Amino acid sequence: MNVRQLVSPWSAGAGAAMPIERRRALPKLPNWAVSWLQVGPLAAILLVLFVLPTVLFLVVSFFDYDRVGIYPAFLLDNYAELLTTPATLRVYVSSLKFAAIVWALTLVIGFSVAHFLVFHVRSPILRTIFFLLCAIPFWTSGIIRTIAWIPFLGRNGAFNQILMATGITDRPLEFLLFSDFAVIVTYVHLFTLLMIGPIANSLAKIDPALIEAARDAGASRWQTLVGVIIPLSKTGIALGSILVFTQVMGDYFVVKTMSGGQSASIVSMLSTEIQAMQYPPAAANAMVLVVFVAVMVGFMMRVVDVRKELVK
Amino acid sequence: MIAGGSRAADGRRPWTFYLLGTLFAAYLLFLYGPMLVIYVLSFQGENGGVTFPMVGTSLTWFAQIFEPGQMANIPVAFGRSIALASVVSLLTVLFAVAAGLGFRRRFPGSGVVFYLAVASLVMPSLLVGFGIGLGFRFLGWDASLFTSALGAQLTWTLPFGLFAMFAVVNRFNRAWEEAATDLGASSWQRLRYVTLPILLPGIIGVAMGAFTLSYDEYARTTLTIGPLNTLPLEIYALISSATSPTLFAIGTLTTVGSFLIIGITLLWVMRLQRRRGTAVPHEG
Repeated sequence: MNVRQLVSPWSAGAGAAMPIERRRALPKLPNWAVSWLQVGPLAAILLVLFVLPTVLFLVVSFFDYDRVGIYPAFLLDNYAELLTTPATLRVYVSSLKFAAIVWALTLVIGFSVAHFLVFHVRSPILRTIFFLLCAIPFWTSGIIRTIAWIPFLGRNGAFNQILMATGITDRPLEFLLFSDFAVIVTYVHLFTLLMIGPIANSLAKIDPALIEAARDAGASRWQTLVGVIIPLSKTGIALGSILVFTQVMGDYFVVKTMSGGQSASIVSMLSTEIQAMQYPPAAANAMVLVVFVAVMVGFMMRVVDVRKELVK
Repeated sequence: MIAGGSRAADGRRPWTFYLLGTLFAAYLLFLYGPMLVIYVLSFQGENGGVTFPMVGTSLTWFAQIFEPGQMANIPVAFGRSIALASVVSLLTVLFAVAAGLGFRRRFPGSGVVFYLAVASLVMPSLLVGFGIGLGFRFLGWDASLFTSALGAQLTWTLPFGLFAMFAVVNRFNRAWEEAATDLGASSWQRLRYVTLPILLPGIIGVAMGAFTLSYDEYARTTLTIGPLNTLPLEIYALISSATSPTLFAIGTLTTVGSFLIIGITLLWVMRLQRRRGTAVPHEG
Protein backbone atom coordinates (compact mmCIF):
# COMPACT_ATOMS: atom_id res chain seq x y z
CA MET A 1 0.00 0.00 0.00
CA ASN A 2 2.68 2.45 0.99
CA VAL A 3 4.81 1.58 -1.93
CA ARG A 4 1.95 1.83 -4.36
CA GLN A 5 1.06 5.26 -3.06
CA LEU A 6 4.60 6.38 -3.76
CA VAL A 7 4.51 5.16 -7.30
CA SER A 8 0.98 6.18 -8.19
CA PRO A 9 -0.30 9.20 -6.31
CA TRP A 10 -3.73 8.92 -7.99
CA SER A 11 -4.59 5.67 -6.25
CA ALA A 12 -4.07 7.17 -2.81
CA GLY A 13 -7.68 8.16 -2.20
CA ALA A 14 -9.44 5.35 -4.00
CA GLY A 15 -7.57 2.55 -2.29
CA ALA A 16 -5.17 0.07 -3.73
CA ALA A 17 -7.53 -2.39 -5.33
CA MET A 18 -9.24 0.09 -7.62
CA PRO A 19 -6.60 0.83 -10.26
CA ILE A 20 -5.72 -2.82 -10.61
CA GLU A 21 -9.32 -3.77 -11.30
CA ARG A 22 -9.74 -0.94 -13.76
CA ARG A 23 -6.65 -2.06 -15.57
CA ARG A 24 -8.03 -5.57 -15.89
CA ALA A 25 -11.25 -4.19 -17.33
CA LEU A 26 -9.39 -2.82 -20.36
CA PRO A 27 -8.68 -5.45 -22.99
CA LYS A 28 -4.92 -5.81 -23.19
CA LEU A 29 -3.56 -5.07 -26.64
CA PRO A 30 -1.10 -7.54 -28.12
CA ASN A 31 2.50 -6.32 -28.16
CA TRP A 32 2.69 -5.85 -31.91
CA ALA A 33 -0.35 -3.57 -31.82
CA VAL A 34 1.23 -1.42 -29.11
CA SER A 35 4.37 -1.13 -31.21
CA TRP A 36 2.37 -0.14 -34.26
CA LEU A 37 0.49 2.50 -32.28
CA GLN A 38 3.85 3.95 -31.26
CA VAL A 39 5.53 3.69 -34.67
CA GLY A 40 2.43 4.33 -36.77
CA PRO A 41 2.46 8.16 -36.85
CA LEU A 42 6.09 8.27 -37.96
CA ALA A 43 5.50 5.60 -40.59
CA ALA A 44 2.38 7.38 -41.87
CA ILE A 45 4.18 10.73 -42.21
CA LEU A 46 7.08 9.17 -44.10
CA LEU A 47 4.65 7.31 -46.34
CA VAL A 48 2.75 10.47 -47.30
CA LEU A 49 5.64 12.92 -47.47
CA PHE A 50 8.45 10.73 -48.72
CA VAL A 51 7.10 7.64 -50.52
CA LEU A 52 4.21 9.30 -52.35
CA PRO A 53 6.30 12.22 -53.71
CA THR A 54 8.96 9.76 -54.83
CA VAL A 55 6.36 7.66 -56.65
CA LEU A 56 5.05 10.89 -58.14
CA PHE A 57 8.31 11.89 -59.73
CA LEU A 58 8.85 8.33 -60.87
CA VAL A 59 5.57 8.69 -62.78
CA VAL A 60 6.41 12.18 -64.05
CA SER A 61 9.78 11.00 -65.31
CA PHE A 62 7.92 9.16 -68.10
CA PHE A 63 5.82 12.20 -69.05
CA ASP A 64 6.09 14.30 -72.16
CA TYR A 65 6.71 18.03 -71.95
CA ASP A 66 7.14 21.19 -73.97
CA ARG A 67 7.67 24.84 -73.11
CA VAL A 68 4.08 25.26 -71.94
CA GLY A 69 3.44 22.26 -69.72
CA ILE A 70 3.77 18.55 -69.05
CA TYR A 71 1.59 15.81 -70.49
CA PRO A 72 0.85 12.32 -69.20
CA ALA A 73 2.57 9.73 -71.36
CA PHE A 74 4.81 6.74 -71.10
CA LEU A 75 8.03 7.77 -72.77
CA LEU A 76 11.53 6.54 -72.13
CA ASP A 77 12.97 9.56 -73.95
CA ASN A 78 13.82 11.45 -70.77
CA TYR A 79 15.96 8.57 -69.57
CA ALA A 80 17.44 7.89 -72.98
CA GLU A 81 18.46 11.50 -73.35
CA LEU A 82 19.91 11.66 -69.86
CA LEU A 83 21.89 8.43 -70.11
CA THR A 84 23.34 9.18 -73.52
CA THR A 85 24.56 12.70 -72.72
CA PRO A 86 28.29 12.70 -71.99
CA ALA A 87 27.70 15.48 -69.43
CA THR A 88 25.79 13.05 -67.20
CA LEU A 89 28.70 10.66 -66.90
CA ARG A 90 31.11 13.53 -66.34
CA VAL A 91 29.02 14.95 -63.51
CA TYR A 92 28.60 11.55 -61.86
CA VAL A 93 32.33 10.87 -62.05
CA SER A 94 33.09 14.30 -60.61
CA SER A 95 30.57 13.90 -57.76
CA LEU A 96 31.87 10.41 -56.96
CA LYS A 97 35.42 11.72 -56.90
CA PHE A 98 34.43 14.43 -54.40
CA ALA A 99 32.45 11.90 -52.37
CA ALA A 100 35.38 9.47 -52.16
CA ILE A 101 37.96 12.09 -51.18
CA VAL A 102 35.67 13.77 -48.65
CA TRP A 103 34.63 10.39 -47.23
CA ALA A 104 38.27 9.37 -46.65
CA LEU A 105 39.20 12.71 -45.06
CA THR A 106 36.16 12.96 -42.80
CA LEU A 107 36.57 9.33 -41.76
CA VAL A 108 40.20 9.78 -40.67
CA ILE A 109 39.60 13.14 -38.98
CA GLY A 110 36.24 12.11 -37.50
CA PHE A 111 37.54 8.82 -36.10
CA SER A 112 40.62 10.47 -34.59
CA VAL A 113 38.61 13.25 -32.97
CA ALA A 114 35.99 10.82 -31.64
CA HIS A 115 38.71 8.50 -30.32
CA PHE A 116 40.42 11.40 -28.59
CA LEU A 117 37.20 12.67 -27.02
CA VAL A 118 35.96 9.28 -25.86
CA PHE A 119 39.16 7.57 -24.73
CA HIS A 120 41.63 10.32 -23.92
CA VAL A 121 39.60 13.11 -22.33
CA ARG A 122 38.99 11.93 -18.80
CA SER A 123 36.83 14.69 -17.37
CA PRO A 124 33.17 14.30 -18.45
CA ILE A 125 32.62 18.06 -18.27
CA LEU A 126 35.62 18.81 -20.44
CA ARG A 127 34.43 16.13 -22.89
CA THR A 128 30.98 17.74 -23.12
CA ILE A 129 32.56 21.14 -23.70
CA PHE A 130 34.80 19.76 -26.45
CA PHE A 131 31.82 18.08 -28.12
CA LEU A 132 29.90 21.34 -28.02
CA LEU A 133 32.87 23.21 -29.48
CA CYS A 134 32.68 20.81 -32.42
CA ALA A 135 28.92 21.25 -32.73
CA ILE A 136 28.44 24.99 -32.29
CA PRO A 137 29.55 26.05 -35.80
CA PHE A 138 26.73 23.80 -37.03
CA TRP A 139 24.24 26.35 -35.77
CA THR A 140 25.48 28.93 -38.20
CA SER A 141 23.84 28.56 -41.58
CA GLY A 142 25.69 26.16 -43.88
CA ILE A 143 25.51 28.85 -46.54
CA ILE A 144 27.36 31.33 -44.36
CA ARG A 145 29.90 28.72 -43.30
CA THR A 146 30.51 27.96 -46.97
CA ILE A 147 31.12 31.54 -48.02
CA ALA A 148 33.22 32.08 -44.88
CA TRP A 149 35.96 30.27 -46.78
CA ILE A 150 36.02 32.92 -49.49
CA PRO A 151 37.76 35.67 -47.45
CA PHE A 152 39.87 32.97 -45.82
CA LEU A 153 41.19 31.30 -48.97
CA GLY A 154 41.10 34.24 -51.38
CA ARG A 155 44.12 35.87 -52.98
CA ASN A 156 44.25 38.52 -50.23
CA GLY A 157 42.71 36.11 -47.78
CA ALA A 158 43.76 35.34 -44.26
CA PHE A 159 45.49 32.09 -45.20
CA ASN A 160 47.64 33.64 -47.90
CA GLN A 161 48.56 36.53 -45.62
CA ILE A 162 49.66 34.11 -42.92
CA LEU A 163 51.70 32.13 -45.45
CA MET A 164 53.40 35.27 -46.74
CA ALA A 165 53.94 36.78 -43.30
CA THR A 166 55.69 33.64 -42.13
CA GLY A 167 57.74 33.53 -45.33
CA ILE A 168 56.47 30.15 -46.51
CA THR A 169 55.59 31.65 -49.88
CA ASP A 170 56.37 35.04 -51.38
CA ARG A 171 53.35 35.15 -53.72
CA PRO A 172 49.72 34.43 -52.88
CA LEU A 173 48.66 30.91 -53.81
CA GLU A 174 46.03 31.01 -56.54
CA PHE A 175 44.68 27.48 -56.42
CA LEU A 176 43.16 27.89 -52.96
CA LEU A 177 39.87 29.43 -53.97
CA PHE A 178 37.37 28.57 -56.71
CA SER A 179 38.87 25.17 -57.32
CA ASP A 180 38.30 21.52 -56.48
CA PHE A 181 40.54 22.13 -53.48
CA ALA A 182 38.15 24.76 -52.12
CA VAL A 183 35.17 22.45 -52.67
CA ILE A 184 36.82 19.62 -50.75
CA VAL A 185 37.92 21.86 -47.88
CA THR A 186 34.39 23.23 -47.54
CA TYR A 187 32.82 19.76 -47.59
CA VAL A 188 35.20 18.52 -44.90
CA HIS A 189 34.43 21.62 -42.86
CA LEU A 190 30.68 21.10 -43.20
CA PHE A 191 30.41 17.34 -42.81
CA THR A 192 33.09 16.05 -40.40
CA LEU A 193 30.69 16.38 -37.48
CA LEU A 194 28.37 13.87 -39.18
CA MET A 195 31.22 11.37 -38.82
CA ILE A 196 32.26 12.36 -35.29
CA GLY A 197 28.78 11.91 -33.77
CA PRO A 198 27.95 8.31 -34.75
CA ILE A 199 31.55 7.10 -34.28
CA ALA A 200 31.82 8.65 -30.81
CA ASN A 201 28.51 7.03 -29.91
CA SER A 202 29.84 3.62 -30.98
CA LEU A 203 33.16 4.10 -29.20
CA ALA A 204 31.45 5.12 -25.96
CA LYS A 205 29.60 1.79 -25.91
CA ILE A 206 32.79 -0.30 -26.01
CA ASP A 207 33.40 -2.08 -22.73
CA PRO A 208 36.80 -0.91 -21.40
CA ALA A 209 37.41 -4.44 -20.12
CA LEU A 210 37.70 -5.66 -23.73
CA ILE A 211 40.49 -3.21 -24.46
CA GLU A 212 42.21 -4.10 -21.22
CA ALA A 213 41.92 -7.78 -22.11
CA ALA A 214 43.53 -7.14 -25.50
CA ARG A 215 46.35 -5.25 -23.79
CA ASP A 216 46.85 -8.03 -21.23
CA ALA A 217 46.95 -10.61 -23.99
CA GLY A 218 49.91 -8.72 -25.39
CA ALA A 219 48.30 -6.74 -28.21
CA SER A 220 50.09 -3.58 -29.25
CA ARG A 221 48.27 -0.24 -29.43
CA TRP A 222 47.88 -0.67 -33.18
CA GLN A 223 46.63 -4.24 -32.87
CA THR A 224 44.09 -3.19 -30.25
CA LEU A 225 42.88 -0.44 -32.56
CA VAL A 226 42.59 -2.64 -35.65
CA GLY A 227 41.49 -5.84 -33.94
CA VAL A 228 39.16 -4.56 -31.22
CA ILE A 229 38.20 -0.90 -31.42
CA ILE A 230 37.54 -0.53 -35.16
CA PRO A 231 35.42 -3.72 -35.48
CA LEU A 232 33.37 -2.65 -32.45
CA SER A 233 32.76 0.83 -33.86
CA LYS A 234 31.83 -0.26 -37.35
CA THR A 235 28.17 0.72 -36.92
CA GLY A 236 29.17 4.30 -36.20
CA ILE A 237 31.63 4.27 -39.09
CA ALA A 238 28.94 2.96 -41.43
CA LEU A 239 26.34 5.49 -40.29
CA GLY A 240 28.79 8.39 -40.56
CA SER A 241 29.90 7.21 -44.00
CA ILE A 242 26.31 6.98 -45.23
CA LEU A 243 25.54 10.49 -43.96
CA VAL A 244 28.66 12.07 -45.48
CA PHE A 245 28.27 10.24 -48.78
CA THR A 246 24.64 11.21 -49.24
CA GLN A 247 25.28 14.81 -48.23
CA VAL A 248 28.00 15.17 -50.87
CA MET A 249 25.91 13.46 -53.54
CA GLY A 250 22.94 15.69 -52.73
CA ASP A 251 24.84 18.97 -52.63
CA TYR A 252 24.41 21.71 -55.16
CA PHE A 253 25.33 24.87 -53.31
CA VAL A 254 28.93 24.19 -52.29
CA VAL A 255 30.02 22.99 -55.71
CA LYS A 256 28.39 25.94 -57.40
CA THR A 257 29.85 28.51 -55.02
CA MET A 258 33.32 27.17 -54.30
CA SER A 259 34.37 25.77 -57.66
CA GLY A 260 33.76 29.13 -59.31
CA GLY A 261 31.55 27.44 -61.90
CA GLN A 262 34.21 24.95 -62.98
CA SER A 263 32.48 21.90 -61.57
CA ALA A 264 28.84 20.93 -61.54
CA SER A 265 27.06 18.45 -59.35
CA ILE A 266 24.21 16.12 -60.20
CA VAL A 267 21.74 18.13 -58.17
CA SER A 268 22.90 21.48 -59.55
CA MET A 269 22.23 20.07 -63.03
CA LEU A 270 18.83 19.00 -61.78
CA SER A 271 17.99 22.31 -60.16
CA THR A 272 18.73 24.08 -63.45
CA GLU A 273 16.13 21.85 -65.10
CA ILE A 274 13.63 22.51 -62.31
CA GLN A 275 14.11 26.26 -62.67
CA ALA A 276 13.48 25.91 -66.38
CA MET A 277 10.25 24.05 -65.45
CA GLN A 278 11.44 20.98 -67.35
CA TYR A 279 9.92 18.65 -64.80
CA PRO A 280 9.97 15.32 -66.70
CA PRO A 281 13.72 15.36 -67.48
CA ALA A 282 14.39 16.65 -63.96
CA ALA A 283 12.33 13.78 -62.58
CA ALA A 284 14.22 11.25 -64.71
CA ASN A 285 17.46 12.75 -63.50
CA ALA A 286 16.20 12.55 -59.91
CA MET A 287 15.16 8.89 -60.32
CA VAL A 288 18.60 7.91 -61.62
CA LEU A 289 20.23 9.69 -58.68
CA VAL A 290 17.86 8.05 -56.18
CA VAL A 291 18.58 4.59 -57.56
CA PHE A 292 22.30 5.31 -57.57
CA VAL A 293 22.34 6.54 -53.95
CA ALA A 294 20.09 3.65 -52.87
CA VAL A 295 22.44 1.10 -54.42
CA MET A 296 25.49 2.68 -52.79
CA VAL A 297 23.82 2.92 -49.36
CA GLY A 298 22.46 -0.62 -49.72
CA PHE A 299 25.99 -1.78 -50.40
CA MET A 300 27.32 0.01 -47.30
CA MET A 301 24.55 -1.51 -45.19
CA ARG A 302 25.42 -4.97 -46.48
CA VAL A 303 28.99 -4.52 -45.30
CA VAL A 304 27.77 -3.52 -41.83
CA ASP A 305 24.40 -4.70 -40.56
CA VAL A 306 23.43 -1.35 -39.06
CA ARG A 307 19.95 -2.52 -38.14
CA LYS A 308 21.13 -5.40 -36.02
CA GLU A 309 23.36 -3.06 -34.05
CA LEU A 310 20.82 -0.30 -33.57
CA VAL A 311 17.60 -2.17 -32.95
CA LYS A 312 17.72 -4.97 -30.49
CA MET B 1 39.82 5.31 -17.36
CA ILE B 2 42.01 2.68 -18.90
CA ALA B 3 40.21 2.43 -22.20
CA GLY B 4 42.38 3.16 -25.20
CA GLY B 5 45.36 3.44 -22.91
CA SER B 6 44.88 7.01 -21.78
CA ARG B 7 47.27 6.40 -18.94
CA ALA B 8 50.35 4.22 -18.75
CA ALA B 9 51.29 2.30 -15.61
CA ASP B 10 53.28 5.21 -14.21
CA GLY B 11 50.38 7.65 -14.73
CA ARG B 12 51.90 9.41 -17.75
CA ARG B 13 49.94 10.03 -20.91
CA PRO B 14 50.91 7.79 -23.85
CA TRP B 15 52.30 9.36 -27.02
CA THR B 16 49.00 8.78 -28.82
CA PHE B 17 47.37 11.24 -26.42
CA TYR B 18 49.66 14.01 -27.62
CA LEU B 19 49.26 13.03 -31.26
CA LEU B 20 45.45 12.92 -31.14
CA GLY B 21 45.33 15.99 -28.90
CA THR B 22 47.34 17.96 -31.45
CA LEU B 23 45.08 16.69 -34.21
CA PHE B 24 42.01 17.72 -32.25
CA ALA B 25 43.44 21.19 -31.70
CA ALA B 26 44.21 21.43 -35.41
CA TYR B 27 40.65 20.35 -36.21
CA LEU B 28 39.22 23.06 -33.95
CA LEU B 29 41.50 25.59 -35.64
CA PHE B 30 40.24 24.40 -39.02
CA LEU B 31 36.66 24.57 -37.78
CA TYR B 32 36.92 28.04 -36.31
CA GLY B 33 39.57 29.61 -38.59
CA PRO B 34 37.19 30.75 -41.33
CA MET B 35 34.57 31.53 -38.71
CA LEU B 36 36.99 33.88 -36.96
CA VAL B 37 37.61 35.59 -40.28
CA ILE B 38 33.92 36.28 -40.74
CA TYR B 39 33.55 37.43 -37.13
CA VAL B 40 36.29 40.00 -37.80
CA LEU B 41 34.91 40.98 -41.20
CA SER B 42 31.42 41.50 -39.80
CA PHE B 43 32.85 44.63 -38.14
CA GLN B 44 34.05 45.85 -41.55
CA GLY B 45 33.94 49.62 -42.08
CA GLU B 46 31.09 51.19 -44.01
CA ASN B 47 33.03 51.34 -47.28
CA GLY B 48 34.59 47.91 -46.92
CA GLY B 49 33.70 44.75 -48.79
CA VAL B 50 33.43 41.05 -48.13
CA THR B 51 37.18 40.43 -48.28
CA PHE B 52 40.26 41.83 -46.62
CA PRO B 53 41.57 44.43 -46.14
CA MET B 54 39.46 45.98 -43.41
CA VAL B 55 38.46 49.57 -44.15
CA GLY B 56 38.02 50.83 -40.62
CA THR B 57 35.49 49.29 -38.28
CA SER B 58 31.79 49.85 -37.81
CA LEU B 59 28.57 48.26 -36.67
CA THR B 60 26.83 49.19 -39.94
CA TRP B 61 26.38 45.61 -41.03
CA PHE B 62 24.75 44.59 -37.79
CA ALA B 63 22.39 47.53 -38.09
CA GLN B 64 21.59 46.45 -41.67
CA ILE B 65 20.31 43.11 -40.41
CA PHE B 66 17.47 44.81 -38.59
CA GLU B 67 16.51 47.13 -41.44
CA PRO B 68 14.13 45.55 -43.89
CA GLY B 69 15.90 46.06 -47.20
CA GLN B 70 14.74 45.71 -50.80
CA MET B 71 16.38 42.32 -51.12
CA ALA B 72 15.62 40.71 -47.82
CA ASN B 73 13.79 41.15 -44.57
CA ILE B 74 15.99 39.33 -42.10
CA PRO B 75 14.08 39.79 -38.80
CA VAL B 76 10.79 38.54 -40.25
CA ALA B 77 12.49 35.59 -41.95
CA PHE B 78 14.26 34.81 -38.69
CA GLY B 79 10.92 34.77 -36.89
CA ARG B 80 9.50 32.38 -39.49
CA SER B 81 12.51 30.09 -39.17
CA ILE B 82 12.20 29.98 -35.39
CA ALA B 83 8.46 29.26 -35.59
CA LEU B 84 8.95 26.50 -38.14
CA ALA B 85 11.89 25.00 -36.26
CA SER B 86 9.88 24.96 -33.02
CA VAL B 87 6.98 23.12 -34.63
CA VAL B 88 9.32 20.69 -36.39
CA SER B 89 11.16 20.08 -33.15
CA LEU B 90 7.93 19.45 -31.20
CA LEU B 91 6.49 17.04 -33.79
CA THR B 92 9.82 15.25 -34.12
CA VAL B 93 10.05 14.68 -30.38
CA LEU B 94 6.45 13.47 -30.24
CA PHE B 95 6.67 10.97 -33.10
CA ALA B 96 10.32 9.94 -32.92
CA VAL B 97 10.25 9.27 -29.17
CA ALA B 98 7.09 7.20 -29.53
CA ALA B 99 8.59 5.29 -32.45
CA GLY B 100 11.87 4.82 -30.60
CA LEU B 101 9.97 3.20 -27.73
CA GLY B 102 7.96 1.08 -30.18
CA PHE B 103 11.14 -0.23 -31.78
CA ARG B 104 12.31 -1.77 -28.52
CA ARG B 105 10.59 -4.99 -29.48
CA ARG B 106 10.45 -6.61 -32.88
CA PHE B 107 7.08 -6.36 -34.53
CA PRO B 108 5.81 -7.43 -37.93
CA GLY B 109 6.83 -4.71 -40.38
CA SER B 110 9.58 -3.24 -38.19
CA GLY B 111 12.12 -3.87 -40.95
CA VAL B 112 10.03 -2.00 -43.49
CA VAL B 113 9.68 1.04 -41.23
CA PHE B 114 13.40 0.95 -40.44
CA TYR B 115 14.44 0.97 -44.09
CA LEU B 116 11.79 3.58 -44.86
CA ALA B 117 13.47 5.84 -42.31
CA VAL B 118 16.93 5.11 -43.75
CA ALA B 119 15.72 5.87 -47.27
CA SER B 120 14.11 9.11 -46.16
CA LEU B 121 17.30 10.14 -44.39
CA VAL B 122 19.60 9.51 -47.35
CA MET B 123 17.32 10.92 -50.04
CA PRO B 124 19.08 13.90 -51.69
CA SER B 125 17.48 16.89 -50.02
CA LEU B 126 16.43 18.90 -53.05
CA LEU B 127 14.58 15.88 -54.46
CA VAL B 128 12.32 15.64 -51.41
CA GLY B 129 11.29 19.24 -51.94
CA PHE B 130 10.92 18.59 -55.66
CA GLY B 131 8.57 15.65 -55.06
CA ILE B 132 6.43 17.43 -52.49
CA GLY B 133 6.36 20.60 -54.61
CA LEU B 134 5.16 18.55 -57.60
CA GLY B 135 2.52 16.88 -55.46
CA PHE B 136 1.14 20.21 -54.28
CA ARG B 137 1.12 21.47 -57.85
CA PHE B 138 -0.87 18.46 -59.04
CA LEU B 139 -3.35 18.83 -56.22
CA GLY B 140 -3.68 22.54 -56.92
CA TRP B 141 -2.60 23.47 -53.38
CA ASP B 142 -0.37 26.42 -52.59
CA ALA B 143 2.98 25.66 -51.02
CA SER B 144 3.44 27.36 -47.66
CA LEU B 145 5.45 27.40 -44.48
CA PHE B 146 3.37 25.13 -42.27
CA THR B 147 2.17 22.72 -44.94
CA SER B 148 4.66 21.73 -47.63
CA ALA B 149 7.79 23.17 -46.00
CA LEU B 150 6.95 21.60 -42.65
CA GLY B 151 6.35 18.27 -44.36
CA ALA B 152 9.58 18.43 -46.34
CA GLN B 153 11.57 19.08 -43.17
CA LEU B 154 9.89 16.25 -41.25
CA THR B 155 11.18 13.72 -43.82
CA TRP B 156 14.64 14.66 -42.57
CA THR B 157 14.16 15.33 -38.85
CA LEU B 158 11.97 12.29 -38.11
CA PRO B 159 14.50 9.68 -39.29
CA PHE B 160 17.21 11.66 -37.54
CA GLY B 161 15.17 11.68 -34.33
CA LEU B 162 14.45 7.96 -34.65
CA PHE B 163 18.15 7.12 -35.03
CA ALA B 164 19.04 9.34 -32.11
CA MET B 165 16.36 7.57 -30.07
CA PHE B 166 17.92 4.19 -30.90
CA ALA B 167 21.10 5.41 -29.23
CA VAL B 168 19.16 6.80 -26.25
CA VAL B 169 16.95 3.72 -25.79
CA ASN B 170 19.89 1.32 -26.09
CA ARG B 171 21.35 2.72 -22.88
CA PHE B 172 18.05 2.41 -21.04
CA ASN B 173 17.84 -0.37 -18.50
CA ARG B 174 14.45 -2.09 -18.74
CA ALA B 175 14.74 -3.29 -15.15
CA TRP B 176 13.46 0.14 -14.07
CA GLU B 177 10.23 -0.43 -15.99
CA GLU B 178 9.82 -3.95 -14.68
CA ALA B 179 10.31 -2.68 -11.15
CA ALA B 180 7.60 -0.06 -11.70
CA THR B 181 5.19 -2.70 -13.02
CA ASP B 182 5.95 -5.01 -10.12
CA LEU B 183 5.13 -2.18 -7.75
CA GLY B 184 1.71 -1.83 -9.39
CA ALA B 185 2.20 1.10 -11.76
CA SER B 186 -0.16 1.22 -14.73
CA SER B 187 1.50 1.45 -18.13
CA TRP B 188 0.68 5.17 -18.30
CA GLN B 189 2.19 5.77 -14.85
CA ARG B 190 5.23 3.76 -15.81
CA LEU B 191 5.72 5.92 -18.90
CA ARG B 192 5.04 9.21 -17.10
CA TYR B 193 7.03 8.65 -13.90
CA VAL B 194 9.77 6.21 -14.92
CA THR B 195 10.53 5.89 -18.63
CA LEU B 196 10.24 9.49 -19.79
CA PRO B 197 12.13 11.09 -16.87
CA ILE B 198 15.04 8.69 -17.35
CA LEU B 199 15.10 9.34 -21.12
CA LEU B 200 14.67 13.12 -20.70
CA PRO B 201 18.28 14.21 -21.41
CA GLY B 202 18.23 12.16 -24.63
CA ILE B 203 14.85 13.59 -25.59
CA ILE B 204 16.17 17.14 -25.08
CA GLY B 205 19.02 16.17 -27.40
CA VAL B 206 16.54 15.02 -30.06
CA ALA B 207 14.58 18.26 -29.70
CA MET B 208 17.67 20.42 -30.07
CA GLY B 209 18.97 18.35 -32.97
CA ALA B 210 15.67 18.60 -34.84
CA PHE B 211 15.51 22.34 -34.16
CA THR B 212 19.01 22.84 -35.55
CA LEU B 213 18.37 20.73 -38.64
CA SER B 214 15.19 22.64 -39.39
CA TYR B 215 16.59 26.10 -38.66
CA ASP B 216 19.49 25.60 -41.07
CA GLU B 217 17.65 23.69 -43.80
CA TYR B 218 17.43 25.17 -47.29
CA ALA B 219 17.68 22.41 -49.90
CA ARG B 220 14.42 20.70 -48.89
CA THR B 221 12.67 23.96 -48.16
CA THR B 222 13.51 25.95 -51.26
CA LEU B 223 10.96 24.24 -53.53
CA THR B 224 8.25 23.91 -50.90
CA ILE B 225 8.26 27.24 -49.13
CA GLY B 226 5.89 29.27 -51.28
CA PRO B 227 6.24 33.07 -51.36
CA LEU B 228 7.53 33.73 -47.80
CA ASN B 229 11.15 32.82 -47.16
CA THR B 230 12.79 31.32 -44.09
CA LEU B 231 16.13 32.72 -42.93
CA PRO B 232 18.43 30.32 -44.85
CA LEU B 233 16.49 31.02 -48.05
CA GLU B 234 16.68 34.74 -47.39
CA ILE B 235 20.44 34.38 -46.94
CA TYR B 236 20.57 32.38 -50.14
CA ALA B 237 18.74 35.17 -51.94
CA LEU B 238 21.14 37.74 -50.48
CA ILE B 239 24.14 35.81 -51.78
CA SER B 240 22.82 35.53 -55.28
CA SER B 241 22.02 39.25 -55.46
CA ALA B 242 24.82 41.12 -53.72
CA THR B 243 27.33 39.96 -51.18
CA SER B 244 27.88 42.32 -48.29
CA PRO B 245 29.35 41.87 -44.82
CA THR B 246 25.74 41.69 -43.56
CA LEU B 247 25.94 37.94 -44.15
CA PHE B 248 28.98 37.78 -41.89
CA ALA B 249 27.19 39.85 -39.26
CA ILE B 250 24.36 37.30 -39.33
CA GLY B 251 26.96 34.58 -38.81
CA THR B 252 28.48 36.42 -35.85
CA LEU B 253 25.10 37.01 -34.23
CA THR B 254 24.10 33.36 -34.77
CA THR B 255 27.27 32.15 -33.08
CA VAL B 256 26.80 34.44 -30.09
CA GLY B 257 23.19 33.28 -29.84
CA SER B 258 24.22 29.62 -30.10
CA PHE B 259 26.75 29.94 -27.32
CA LEU B 260 24.13 31.54 -25.08
CA ILE B 261 21.44 28.94 -25.80
CA ILE B 262 23.80 25.99 -25.47
CA GLY B 263 25.22 27.40 -22.24
CA ILE B 264 21.74 27.77 -20.74
CA THR B 265 20.64 24.31 -21.90
CA LEU B 266 23.81 22.76 -20.55
CA LEU B 267 23.22 24.29 -17.12
CA TRP B 268 19.62 23.05 -17.21
CA VAL B 269 20.60 19.48 -18.14
CA MET B 270 23.32 19.48 -15.50
CA ARG B 271 20.79 20.58 -12.89
CA LEU B 272 18.41 17.83 -14.04
CA GLN B 273 21.13 15.26 -13.67
CA ARG B 274 22.19 16.53 -10.28
CA ARG B 275 18.60 16.36 -9.06
CA ARG B 276 18.31 12.83 -10.35
CA GLY B 277 21.62 11.99 -8.71
CA THR B 278 20.17 12.87 -5.30
CA ALA B 279 16.80 11.23 -5.99
CA VAL B 280 18.27 7.90 -7.10
CA PRO B 281 21.56 7.56 -5.27
CA HIS B 282 22.46 4.17 -6.70
CA GLU B 283 22.13 4.99 -10.35
CA GLY B 284 25.28 4.02 -12.22
